[in-house]
Amino acid sequence: MIHISEVIETNKMIEHENLDVRTITMGINLLDCADSRLDVLCENIYRKITTLAKDLVKSGDDIAREYGVPIVNKRISITPISLVGGSACQTPDDYVQIAKTLDAAAAKVGINFLGGYSAIVSKGMSRSDELLIRSIPKALASTQFICSSINVGSTKTGINMDAVRLMGEIIKETAEATKEKDSLGCAKLVVLCNAPDDNPFMAGAFHGVSEADAIINVGVSGPGVVKYALEQIREADFETLCETIKKTAFKITRVGQLVAQEASRRLGIPFGIIDLSLAPTPAIGDSVADILKEIGLEHPGAPGTTAALALLNDQVKKGGVMASSYVGGLSGAFIPVSEDQGMIDAVECGALSIEKLEAMTCVCSVGLDMIAIPGDTAASTISGIIADEAAIGMINQKTTAVRIIPVVGKGVGEIVEFGGLLGYAPIMQVNGFDCSRFVGRKGRIPAPIHSFKN
Amino acid sequence: MNKAIITVVGKDTIGIIASVCQYLASKHINILDISQTIVQDYFNMMMIVDMQACEQAFEEISGDLNEIGQTLGVQVKCQREDIFNKMHRI
Repeated sequence: MIHISEVIETNKMIEHENLDVRTITMGINLLDCADSRLDVLCENIYRKITTLAKDLVKSGDDIAREYGVPIVNKRISITPISLVGGSACQTPDDYVQIAKTLDAAAAKVGINFLGGYSAIVSKGMSRSDELLIRSIPKALASTQFICSSINVGSTKTGINMDAVRLMGEIIKETAEATKEKDSLGCAKLVVLCNAPDDNPFMAGAFHGVSEADAIINVGVSGPGVVKYALEQIREADFETLCETIKKTAFKITRVGQLVAQEASRRLGIPFGIIDLSLAPTPAIGDSVADILKEIGLEHPGAPGTTAALALLNDQVKKGGVMASSYVGGLSGAFIPVSEDQGMIDAVECGALSIEKLEAMTCVCSVGLDMIAIPGDTAASTISGIIADEAAIGMINQKTTAVRIIPVVGKGVGEIVEFGGLLGYAPIMQVNGFDCSRFVGRKGRIPAPIHSFKN
Repeated sequence: MNKAIITVVGKDTIGIIASVCQYLASKHINILDISQTIVQDYFNMMMIVDMQACEQAFEEISGDLNEIGQTLGVQVKCQREDIFNKMHRI
């Protein structure tokens, strides 16, 4: 029988330590919506999404009420749209029409983000892929809920440098197209290497072609819970530190697993995976940076940060894996700047640079995330940053990503406010030395030697 | 069995348990176990209940208990038992 102390512990995590389920994301296959007529395609897409996901938000809210645990976001990921729109779309504007259809479907079912305005171009770009990519600035400027992601490389294929070069330009154009909102469009655009098919987190979520017709994926959270647990064992040795993180991650993940199974049962859609990521929010006490500080760093960015993050990431996975029957997605600690108050503080006091963040991405789940940079940063420099991150992912057989916002009209030290879960960010210094001759080369970087395992 | 956990947290006052129990009886909710403790001067009470015979939706019961808590100046929560079992039992 459950003991009162266990009940108090769980409710304290929820009420005081920001334990929540970050997202229930329904993955929806749209391949069967394909048609050569654009209006028919859009109608098929709208109908399929609004039918399958009509009860998603209600079910999420019901589960949250009955179990007493907040479920912050209800979201949808779809088949990378460049695979669906290939025969109907002849121009980038045709893709924008699909984006608007998706936005209308998202509004209808009441979700707050829809991911999958995407293309997988890790080896080459089809005509359809390129049209989609060129439509991104306008699509993100004319929609509210759509998130876009482009996979430009993988360990198996190498890095498509033509796509990397193009994405530097597209990020700049997206910043310009949404400059009235501090270039917010770029906060919904991510460039990935080794993107997983079942990621429930935005902006990189899409429903990969290896997936079933519809699936429920859940992203858990709980940095505040880990931090609180570590506060109780302040001067402990590494063994105790690691055990504590593992046990806490187990508890957090079990809640996610329960919510995922319940959502799957109520919606009649199979359970896919739990994503074990520690996802921060701008709320005080919901910070991955604060965990790093609790482990013993004055600020993230201090020497030792990469080691502390590596330890944290690994223990979260070890604890979480046992708590869930299927684990997938990104599964690791997120280190976005704007969405984490402790990271913002570290940037503002000069402890954290883009170069140190890059090192941290070698050992954590994603990459350079929600980083605001000066609006006059060259497209080739952004491409260079993307290439560096993709190389880390390719060589280390892990997912890496770049979600970077060149804020039009703003320079280093100024603040940009995105609002809500996206938070605010100080504009960070970018290395100004030129790399245009490097990113200007045509073609792709070959796959690394350790990818040849057959 | 359709088990739920009801928790009451707040400043101790006369009639908290009585009010909650009276309401539960009126809705045919059976109390399986009650325990209480004081944490940092706050009264913490937990009931394990069986809602099998209750005809109302979980949401209604949970909402009513919340209101009863407000009139007594304490926080009353009703949650399905699974969340605690999942978190604390392998």
